[in-house]
Amino acid sequence: MNNVTPFPRPADSGDHAIDARAVNSAASRALYKKREQIYPKLVHGRFRTVKWGAMAVLLAIYYITPWIRWDRGIGRPDQAVLVDFEGRRFFFFFIELWPQEVYYITGLLIVAALGIFLSSALFGRVWCGYACPQTVWTDLYLYVERLFEGDRNARMRLDKAPMSLNKAARKIGKHVGWLYIAAATGGAWVFYFGDAPTLAHDIFTGQASLVVYLFIGLLTFTTYALAGTMREQVCTYMCPWPRIQAAMTDADALSVTYRGYRGEPRGPHKKNATWEGRGDCIDCNQCVAACPQGIDIRDGDQLECINCALCIDACDDIMEKVGRPTGLIAYDSYANIGRRTTGEATHLRLIRPRTILYGVLMAIVGALMLYGLANRATLDLNVIRDRSPPFVRLADGSIRNDYELKIINMAPETRSVTVAVSGLEGVHFVANSHAVQADGRIIAEAEGDRVANVRVHVAVPAGTPQGSHPLRFEIVDAESGERAGSASAFLAGASQ
Amino acid sequence: MADKIERDDHSGTETTGHEWDGIKELDTPLPRWWLYIFYATIVIAVIYWVLMPTWPMLNSYTRGLLNHSDRANVAAEMSQLSAARGPMFQRLASATPGQLVSDPELQQFARAAGESVFGDYCATCHGAGGAGAPGFPVLADDVWIWGGSITEIEHTLRVGVRSDHPDARFSQMPAFGRDHLLTPAQINDVTEYVISISAAHARLEPDMNAARRGAIVYHQQCASCHGADGAGDRNQGAPSLQDDLWLYGGSRAEIHRQVELGRGGVMPAWEARFDPAILRALAFYVHEMGGGEPEPAPQEPTDAAALAPPQSSADAGRAMR
Repeated sequence: MNNVTPFPRPADSGDHAIDARAVNSAASRALYKKREQIYPKLVHGRFRTVKWGAMAVLLAIYYITPWIRWDRGIGRPDQAVLVDFEGRRFFFFFIELWPQEVYYITGLLIVAALGIFLSSALFGRVWCGYACPQTVWTDLYLYVERLFEGDRNARMRLDKAPMSLNKAARKIGKHVGWLYIAAATGGAWVFYFGDAPTLAHDIFTGQASLVVYLFIGLLTFTTYALAGTMREQVCTYMCPWPRIQAAMTDADALSVTYRGYRGEPRGPHKKNATWEGRGDCIDCNQCVAACPQGIDIRDGDQLECINCALCIDACDDIMEKVGRPTGLIAYDSYANIGRRTTGEATHLRLIRPRTILYGVLMAIVGALMLYGLANRATLDLNVIRDRSPPFVRLADGSIRNDYELKIINMAPETRSVTVAVSGLEGVHFVANSHAVQADGRIIAEAEGDRVANVRVHVAVPAGTPQGSHPLRFEIVDAESGERAGSASAFLAGASQ
Repeated sequence: MADKIERDDHSGTETTGHEWDGIKELDTPLPRWWLYIFYATIVIAVIYWVLMPTWPMLNSYTRGLLNHSDRANVAAEMSQLSAARGPMFQRLASATPGQLVSDPELQQFARAAGESVFGDYCATCHGAGGAGAPGFPVLADDVWIWGGSITEIEHTLRVGVRSDHPDARFSQMPAFGRDHLLTPAQINDVTEYVISISAAHARLEPDMNAARRGAIVYHQQCASCHGADGAGDRNQGAPSLQDDLWLYGGSRAEIHRQVELGRGGVMPAWEARFDPAILRALAFYVHEMGGGEPEPAPQEPTDAAALAPPQSSADAGRAMR
């Protein structure tokens, strides 16, 4: 990182203080006000390192995933993760889902939601602070911003300075960098929806469909706007999670907190002056300067706080310099803060009713999904009754209904299934392009990985009571014995 | 109007100078984003005028630099479509019924084409899915007046029924009542007889004495076409009277009225309207509705002659005319 302003003055107590104001603090909040620019200061330390690492891993997952290949045989997509809208399939490594199986996606979303609940109950807003795309991309954009405009002070100076060639060059450089990242973000997104190598070639040679360019453009715009210009406003005003999180955490959940019992009364501190009768907080405002959300963590738990822990790094740095123990701002639970205030022994209660509940629910949903996937049927049947005509009277007085059978073969190979109909006295198939076997069944071929449409005629003898009768179709794979069934109805009209 | 511009202290916005009972109106400017979008639409409109057909003139219109024409685009797409369909149409037109029923790809094409054309031209009378209506035969059942093989259906489509085609399928039942060929009593009797030989006898319980009298009339007047046993004769287009399916309705009154009036509908000849492939597709689609019959024992299955109209029915039609 260039332009890291080393702390200019000696470790001279109150001189650590910088003029940083929490623009989003409760005190400066107004019903209507223009957004004030926040200039987060770069910090170094444990949590900053963890955040760089998380960013690298998450961005790598996002960009590399569509390029992982997975052999599924000839004529089938070899992309490990693919949402194939055209073929109406979802591929995830060894899993292949059909549109009617979206409930697996629902299950996945439930597990993800429970995962956020659990992580919130244990560690507070770790999702917001480390893993949320908004955080990751904003961090990336801030990195680019620092690259072109320098750290906090340099940026503030630059924004105040009149327009010059230098300023213009830095601003343009920054925005070009942002747009490049935005385009790469949108560009990578579309690879999840088509064969990545083919699509990449098509995109750069201008052969991709309009929809592809439209989505790249859309996501370029949203990335640029959300990570570049909106930033903390997304978390504060747009995201529902800060509102929900209050219900998801409790006094035992870890969160980034200022240990007021230790820090107060705060005030500037001269070097070599006594620490007796005062708190450890020297009111240097470094925690405020580091905050990407524009708040003062010392005001307590706030809706805006994403628990990114950068204020911890900033504060620890100062505490080391002034020779006080680190951890004035730290991950701690409110229960522990209370205990520390009264001098009790502290302990973390990670296992609590709510964490157990979340864990058990996740395990149940996960197990259900695994069970479902392991025992996933590869054969299914849907029956659509012809409604026009509702029934047909035949010369011998019998009544015929027509049905379209959709035999869904989710296995890769062609299968031969026998179709049987039951539920009504004397009900039988009438031969059409499918011959009726001696046992009254019909044999249909179902191509692999396809839905076979089989039109069948079903008749009942004369004298069947007028009205709608329940009917059942059964299909059996002759080879594997796998079966599926579907209910339908038989409509018998009046004889004339 | 106030002479000098007044500013509202609270919002810092100018007022319009209007005042009603001490209430003043702020002259709040348009939101910038709204204004810029408005300007952008004006710019886009001007660009559109230049590029696209826009302004009507006396006899024409401004064509625009892009020379865009929806009419030409549709024409181009239509010709593309027919070029793409061409090979399948040719295969369909040249396939024999035997080839058609053993070629799933061709069947699928014929089914789709047939369904589309049927919906546009045939369903008006015959109903969607061939449900039929009084006077318009049900096509989904297994009863055929003129024959239910693909060849026969296609021939009916080609020449029509009682149409203006020279080879039209033609039959004419006499109006026994209206033309005073039979007395009202005889018509009553023959109606009871027809009911008694049909599957409707259980439902309508014919007067057996009247039916016995009607049998004599039937064998004099009706049997030549409908057959001595009422089985009908497809060569003459005479429907079977044995089943309980009635073109003009199966109530006693409707059967009686049919003997009186000898009604017969008209189906247009489609030969001039559609090309052979479409006719083949329609025939296949109707054949698949549920009552399609196998081809009669073929003389020369690969020869196009197999599809020629059976002479007998045309002859019969002419003879009756």
